[in-house]
Amino acid sequence: MSSQIDRAGIKLGMWLFLYSEIILFGGLFVLYAAYLHRYSEFFAEGGKELDRMIGTINTVVLLISSFTVAASITAMQRNAKKQTVGFLLFSIACGIIFLVNKYFEWGAKIHHDIYPNSETLVSGEPGVNIFFGLYYVITGLHGLHVIIGMVLLSISLVFVLTGKITPSRFSMLDNSGLYWHLVDLIWIFVFPLFYLVL
Amino acid sequence: MTATQSFYHASAPPGLTGIKAWLLTHDHKRLGLMYLGAITFWFVLAMFLGLLLRTELMSQGRTIMNAETYNAFFTLHGVIMIFLFMIPGIPAIFGNFFLPIQLGTDDVFFPRLNLFSWYLFMFGGLFAILSLFAGEGFPDTGWTFYVPFSVGITSNVGLTVTAAFILGMSSMLTGLNFVTTFHRMRDKSMGLMQIPLFTWSLYATAWVQILATPVISITFVLIILERFLHIGLFDPDKGGDPLLYQHLFWMYSHPAVYVMILPGMGVISEIIPVFSRKSIFGYKAIVWSSMAIAIAGSLVWAHHMFTSGMSDVSVFAFSLLTYIVAIPSAVKVFSWVSTMYKGSIEMTPPLLLSLIFIYLFSVGGLTGLVLGSAGTNIHVHDTHFVVGHFHFVMFGGTGFAFFAALHFWWPKMFGVMYRFKPAYIGAVLTGVGFFFHYVPMLILGMQGMPRRYYDYLPQYETGNFLAGFGGYLLIIGMMIMFVNLLMSFRQRVPAPADPWGATTLEWTVPSPPPVHNFIQKPQIEGFPYDFTRVSERFQQSGK
Amino acid sequence: MDNQEKQHVLSFTQLGMVLAILLVLTGITVGVSYIHMGFFNIPIALAIACTKVTFVLLFFMHLKYEGRVINISFISTVIVLIILIGFTFWDVAYR
Repeated sequence: MSSQIDRAGIKLGMWLFLYSEIILFGGLFVLYAAYLHRYSEFFAEGGKELDRMIGTINTVVLLISSFTVAASITAMQRNAKKQTVGFLLFSIACGIIFLVNKYFEWGAKIHHDIYPNSETLVSGEPGVNIFFGLYYVITGLHGLHVIIGMVLLSISLVFVLTGKITPSRFSMLDNSGLYWHLVDLIWIFVFPLFYLVL
Repeated sequence: MTATQSFYHASAPPGLTGIKAWLLTHDHKRLGLMYLGAITFWFVLAMFLGLLLRTELMSQGRTIMNAETYNAFFTLHGVIMIFLFMIPGIPAIFGNFFLPIQLGTDDVFFPRLNLFSWYLFMFGGLFAILSLFAGEGFPDTGWTFYVPFSVGITSNVGLTVTAAFILGMSSMLTGLNFVTTFHRMRDKSMGLMQIPLFTWSLYATAWVQILATPVISITFVLIILERFLHIGLFDPDKGGDPLLYQHLFWMYSHPAVYVMILPGMGVISEIIPVFSRKSIFGYKAIVWSSMAIAIAGSLVWAHHMFTSGMSDVSVFAFSLLTYIVAIPSAVKVFSWVSTMYKGSIEMTPPLLLSLIFIYLFSVGGLTGLVLGSAGTNIHVHDTHFVVGHFHFVMFGGTGFAFFAALHFWWPKMFGVMYRFKPAYIGAVLTGVGFFFHYVPMLILGMQGMPRRYYDYLPQYETGNFLAGFGGYLLIIGMMIMFVNLLMSFRQRVPAPADPWGATTLEWTVPSPPPVHNFIQKPQIEGFPYDFTRVSERFQQSGK
Repeated sequence: MDNQEKQHVLSFTQLGMVLAILLVLTGITVGVSYIHMGFFNIPIALAIACTKVTFVLLFFMHLKYEGRVINISFISTVIVLIILIGFTFWDVAYR
């Protein structure tokens, strides 16, 4: 049995997993692309109902959190444990802010009778129904991944605090970071496709 | 001498005994056998379902069951065969057992993830069983779960697609494990062009498992969401397009058939050289064709949709692409046959089963050309011709490759030899039964008998009766093979490390292998199919 | 395999510059969305998104410093995605 840890191998495994996540969302983007083609004006109409400001804030929040996650790894590589912890905490906080924004966004839409199978959507334009159907499914699945990412970052945080993650052994942190960046990548596409297609 | 104890007597991680040594194992060999047990159960169950279906069809009108039961049964037969036997089959059993050994290493890269994959497989199977008995009963949508039917009905579609989702995760993680092992753990002196062809086929398959499976995952998630939330993504009344479901479904399910066949082809590529005592013809061509099949197979999904109402452009494009996939498959068939040419043929059960594979798979592939050509497709779409086609390639192909793999690697896995004569009888009976069972279906389909129909017009009765008769022969043949293999445990004829005269690394270790596979560091040959030493050894012993 | 291969460390400054670029691009894409260019709005927004994604991949995710296997397989995954969407359009765009 090999007693040395193969970091490159662990990282390769993580990238392979990320590919599967990319394709998972990819299926939803197939639907989006096909329906955008069919319902372009109605997608624009639906997009106008989404709050561009909240969307931009969420985008900025995730981008900053990606920075802090990458920075936490630099800090770990330099053995600056306190910085690592600080950056991770900040990243997790960004995740919370993102989810809170999402909660308010969804809440507002639901309050205005815009949700799957609602009276407004069913009796309105089919193109608008599809737009919001995709909106809920894609941002919902994305939100689930934000939660998973936060769990992974939290576990990494605990491992850093308890000394299980060290400058010579930080694959867990590295891979949790990669997962978080993936969450950011997906949002970078979701944002213009839903909020800026006007 | 603990280093040479077989893996049955030592556990990895060390110190486990009894049932824990199996349920908590990291050993890829034990996992392979655990998959063998579970998958055999599912295969036998689905096989009997198939027999019941064909018995029902042997005469017009009701024979042994009503229409609702028939529909549920063909759905169940498909779901089990595809998700619980064909897709995991060869990779999870033989891939797990032999990929690390063929690469000269002691396990896969992520052993605990491997164990988790097995639990996911068992859990998915459990969900499938649950969906049989819970609520309103098993779905009758066919394994393809087309909308709007799958979204609207009250039977347990949700549970069944959840089972398939879990099984998909198991498959994806196995692929992930194999790719990482392939790149990071093979012996330092083994270059890419020295890797055995079975492992290469598993590598090509693994990429499809990683990249295609997530599409069906999201598709099944959407089915569940539609059932509960009625979003309307596939509902024309709400702006949806049912054809997009079909696109998403087949984006996985077509590459899935290459997940099913590629490892089988890998098995054949291992067996043919051994029993021709000659190096494989066109090693590089087979490597490239495996990757080409994986890639090209992912480009052709909509050939399942020629009559669905999709655009003519699409029909043309996918028909053209489908013909391209045939080419790398043909390369393999030529290579296998060329390997045997001027070889020193030794007939054994694995070879006989491989030869039957080559014949049945080729026939199946040819019928695929009829289906792939859009014009002729319109005549045979959704008829029994399709049923004949895919059983030729999946059963005549992968099924027989599975039997061949069992007979080839049985002595290595269990340390005992089986009797040849019953194996030959079983194999021939299975082949003859296969012929009588599926050729009538090709003809019935051409004559217009639809698939998934409980009843039919009088002119189809003879063909259906013949098919049923063939089905019973088929089952008897398979039972003979299985019982014969099981009897080897009673007969206990010990098998040497290399009973066949083979050259890949699994034949250099004891039968069964020790827990860490190799006692001494493996010697990597310049080329994995060099039979000069094997020939010398056999010449010396006077064979 | 080299288990002790030197890990490439990105400084806070380098990471900060990447973040700055990303924020600027975000600003541009939001700004452009207020200008109505009809059909062109979407390709431009997607092009900017692709640029942002490239920066996150290359630097935050260290893809610039990874080996051949990861680089080739990543690009292959993207190609697969493009095919899945693109080939569907043979149907959807020509009905």
